Amino acid sequence: MTSLIVLLCIILIAIVMVQIGKVYELTTQIKGEEATMRDNSKWNGWLSLIFLVVFLIGVVWSAYSYKNVMLGFGPHESASEHGKTLDSIFNVTLFFTGIVFVLTHLALFYFAYQYRWQKGRKVKFIPHDNRLEVWWTAIPAVVMTFLVVRGLNAWNTVMADVTPDEDYIEIEATGQQFNWILRYPGPDGKIGTRNYKLTSPTNQLGIDFTDPKSWDDVVLPGGEFYLPEGKKVRVRIVAKDVLHNFDLPHFRVKMDAVPGMPTYFIFRPTTSTAEYRAQLRHYPEYNEPFDAAEPNGPKRWEKFDYELACAELCGKGHYSMRRVLKVVSQEEFDAWYKTQKSFYLTEIRGKEGDPNLQKTLDAEVRQRAAEFSENMKKAVEATDATAKTLPLNHINFETGSATLTADSKYELDNLVTALNTYPAINVEVAGHTDNVGDPAVNLQLSAARASSVVKYLVDRGISAGRLTAKGYGETKPLVPNDSPENQAKNRRTAFTILN
Amino acid sequence: MAHVVTAAETLEDQLTQEHGFDDHFHEHHHGDKFQSNFLTTYIFSTDHKIIGRQFLITGIFWAFIGAAMSIVFRLQLGFPEADMAWLKPILGKWIQVDPNGIGKLDPEFYYSLVTMHGTILVFFVLTAGLSGTFSNILIPLQIGARDMASPLLNAFSYWFFFLAGVVLFLSLFLSTGPFSGGWTAYPPLSALPQASDGSGTGMTMWIVAMALFIVSALLGGINYITTVLNLRTKGMNLWRMPLTIWAFFVTAVLGVLSFPVLLSGALLLMFDRSMGTSFFLSEIVVGGEVLERIGGSPILFQHLFWFLGHPEVYIIILPSMGLVSEVLSVNARKPIFGYTAMVYSILAIGFLSFIVWAHHMFMAGVNPFISNFFVIFTLIIAVPSAVKVFNWIGTIYGSNFRFNSASLFAVGFVSMFISGGLTGIFLGNSAIDIQMHDTYFVVAHFHIVMGIAAFFGMFAGVYHWFPKMFGRFMNETLGKIHFWGTLVGAYAIFWPMHYTGLAGVPRRYYDGGASFDAFRHFGDLNKFITVAAVFVFFLQILFIVNFFYSIFSGRKVTVKNPWGANTLEWTTPIKAGHGNWPGNIPAVQRWPYDYGKDGEEFIPQYVPLKEGEHDHGGGH
Repeated sequence: MTSLIVLLCIILIAIVMVQIGKVYELTTQIKGEEATMRDNSKWNGWLSLIFLVVFLIGVVWSAYSYKNVMLGFGPHESASEHGKTLDSIFNVTLFFTGIVFVLTHLALFYFAYQYRWQKGRKVKFIPHDNRLEVWWTAIPAVVMTFLVVRGLNAWNTVMADVTPDEDYIEIEATGQQFNWILRYPGPDGKIGTRNYKLTSPTNQLGIDFTDPKSWDDVVLPGGEFYLPEGKKVRVRIVAKDVLHNFDLPHFRVKMDAVPGMPTYFIFRPTTSTAEYRAQLRHYPEYNEPFDAAEPNGPKRWEKFDYELACAELCGKGHYSMRRVLKVVSQEEFDAWYKTQKSFYLTEIRGKEGDPNLQKTLDAEVRQRAAEFSENMKKAVEATDATAKTLPLNHINFETGSATLTADSKYELDNLVTALNTYPAINVEVAGHTDNVGDPAVNLQLSAARASSVVKYLVDRGISAGRLTAKGYGETKPLVPNDSPENQAKNRRTAFTILN
Repeated sequence: MAHVVTAAETLEDQLTQEHGFDDHFHEHHHGDKFQSNFLTTYIFSTDHKIIGRQFLITGIFWAFIGAAMSIVFRLQLGFPEADMAWLKPILGKWIQVDPNGIGKLDPEFYYSLVTMHGTILVFFVLTAGLSGTFSNILIPLQIGARDMASPLLNAFSYWFFFLAGVVLFLSLFLSTGPFSGGWTAYPPLSALPQASDGSGTGMTMWIVAMALFIVSALLGGINYITTVLNLRTKGMNLWRMPLTIWAFFVTAVLGVLSFPVLLSGALLLMFDRSMGTSFFLSEIVVGGEVLERIGGSPILFQHLFWFLGHPEVYIIILPSMGLVSEVLSVNARKPIFGYTAMVYSILAIGFLSFIVWAHHMFMAGVNPFISNFFVIFTLIIAVPSAVKVFNWIGTIYGSNFRFNSASLFAVGFVSMFISGGLTGIFLGNSAIDIQMHDTYFVVAHFHIVMGIAAFFGMFAGVYHWFPKMFGRFMNETLGKIHFWGTLVGAYAIFWPMHYTGLAGVPRRYYDGGASFDAFRHFGDLNKFITVAAVFVFFLQILFIVNFFYSIFSGRKVTVKNPWGANTLEWTTPIKAGHGNWPGNIPAVQRWPYDYGKDGEEFIPQYVPLKEGEHDHGGGH
């Protein structure tokens, strides 16, 4: 019904307009052609002039009112190093184009008014004026050359890739419908390789975990992400499905994410989030409440954050790919970075799909060494006998033999280090088995295994007099041999500090 | 009022008789056997004048659809909280009504509307509706030809356009919606139905519509080129051609050279979509599904697209430049300033338009080194463009400027072209484009320079040549209301977008950026823009009313040359039949811009040069 009324109103207005048009046409015929042309000339000449004045004032006034969104003015200051150069090129261009804009509009509408039709006005027959034309070809050409040179200088500096000896941090941003996933390189400073075919629900980025560089990588699928102030950042930009665009408007950073072709953008954040908030504090619009529903709540400048957006149409959720970026001091960044867990070690390691199940990772070796020396210290200081017995957890033998596997040497080396650290102690190395098979064979095997361990230690320079090897077979189970898991626990090698 | 034969017309008849070219037309022209009934005269006509009007009216239809779509998405952007349930009768399931009875526009359909608005306006309205209309009507009439080189291909050109329209129109009614991946149709979004509903059948129909449209553009373009080169009347050398013809000619050359490249891009995209090829696809995981597509490049499509896409914006603006040059000169009663420079500018712009396409791709991941070339060539275009602007202003200087709807729109065109052209200097400089790329600053730039400006050129053309097309005048009062309202309204729509763009607000955001603190503080500005857009939309309805009303009831034209113009179209009868001139084709003796020369108000092209008189056309 409302639609019908609206439609009727439109039709009615149209009829009225046509009637007005017709009335004016009739008056034309009454007034005569010349009088009509004179009135027409007067009216439209004045309208040209009025439009000119109102338009130019409107332009200047609106630009003044919105000066705070202009690049490099007021609160819209660039938060990156290169951004300040870009802003200055913008303002130089604004200066030149502003002059041309005002002068050409003055000429256009003023001439239209000045030379409006009058009966008998003599026109100037000027088909061309070569000198004038040379001038107004040359001047734009010179200004353009200036702008091109400045622009390209900046462009080539901004877009140049980093050199290997530079100090920078590389992070990776992956766009997908409809969010950004950030990846940090971890302590090794290197981002691990990817293979899109490895993508799975647990491995959203298709990271190739056979690449040791990936083991310490940190993956941030949501929430805030951090960058250190003053440090060069190289963002490796990748897309999984369709085109996206990595857009950090406050940093003048923008680059498409293209499936199958990683791109990059390099910038140096120069203003931390806290500093930017402090700058915004001086502007009245940032002293408005952040949330209009809470007039006494935090102000806009207090809640300000750098934002990551998507600037390339990627589907119906294109407008919702927001992430918050915090720029903090190097110390704060390091503190934050330390709390971030390796994606591989927390989510993938040891689970189905881990391609390194059979391998010991360097990080694990380091971690075990630390644990070992910690436990050793406690055992040396302990007084009761059970606390002086420590398991050698990561020692393995070939099945049914006393030959040590290659991976076992890490744990044994830890023991070598400990025996060197505490030169006064003697130890007994004990071999244990489960209850499977002939007890006599088990006893023999456990003794042989204990001896292998002692032999390894002696080969590493530990005096044989400090070491005893003993095979217990299945006589001292840790837990009852009532399940395969428990039997596995009972197959073990341990050592006891004797004094 | 009957046709009043003026003294000038008597002289014209006499001169045409004396000097004109006699192709024995009258001997076999006793009624056109191909145009014997209503259907063959007005529908399946081969007369360029009818085909031109068909292009125009079809263009108006599409302009209305495209503009109405923009109103819907402007309402979404300006009044995101408003109830849109009232649109449910038209948009159906694309308006989701919540339990409180509040209707919301579906985001997927928002993107469909944006995509269709772009496709329709760029191709159907500002290419076919503009160049199709005026190239058809004016080329044969202004160069003195009976019709196009191939009237039949010319008719095909219209009907392929019509078919393209039918296909695209039908795609609006698909249950998965029309294509929604942006008018540039970048893959992989456009190649993968899994990535977006609109990339399913909607995209297939979009490609089919584009293919049909390209056939239409090529048939038209080849015809325009051939006609201009081969069918000029006696004495009409290239340097005596009106600037309209120069503009249409270069436009047609651009179209013929660049549209096939888009067709090849569309074809490869079709292969990627339905035959499992990987021209534009590589290493894609969509919705968790790992695709076995390796080795293609989405950037290749962008190259193919913009190799057309950039010349395309000149295909849109050059005809308007030509129309405006002619309308300004006729109404200034003064020659166009620097005719030769104008011609060379058109040629330079046409040439440069082929080597600047990658300025749309500075931020697309192309090698930054390559961008250097594109920045240089792009900013060089500013020079011929500036020359043209100065020449238009120079034409008004010292004139006796007649204000009518056509000349006002021509002045408005110059203003829009300046405003939008200057922002191009920002965007063409890749360093500034880093921040401006894909923001509302770009939306403001191209809408002003090739949207509004091209429309203003088109309006100037329609008001000026309406008497030639329909034998009646459009209503001047409504025309002037239309002009002043649209001038102010169009600036009100697009000027504020510069500011939101500077703030970094990305284009194509369904919620206008409401979820971002940096983007969400332009609510009032967005409301203002939407109100202005609705206002301008209603003014265009006024134009449409004026147009159709005037076809049937406008003031009748009583003299052959109502504007006192020099060009040949005004020597044909008021209602010219197929063949344009009943007798000889007039011969051309001088350039078309002898206005105010030697105390004469105007000297038509068919008037011989006096003893010792200098012809001011170029090439001397």
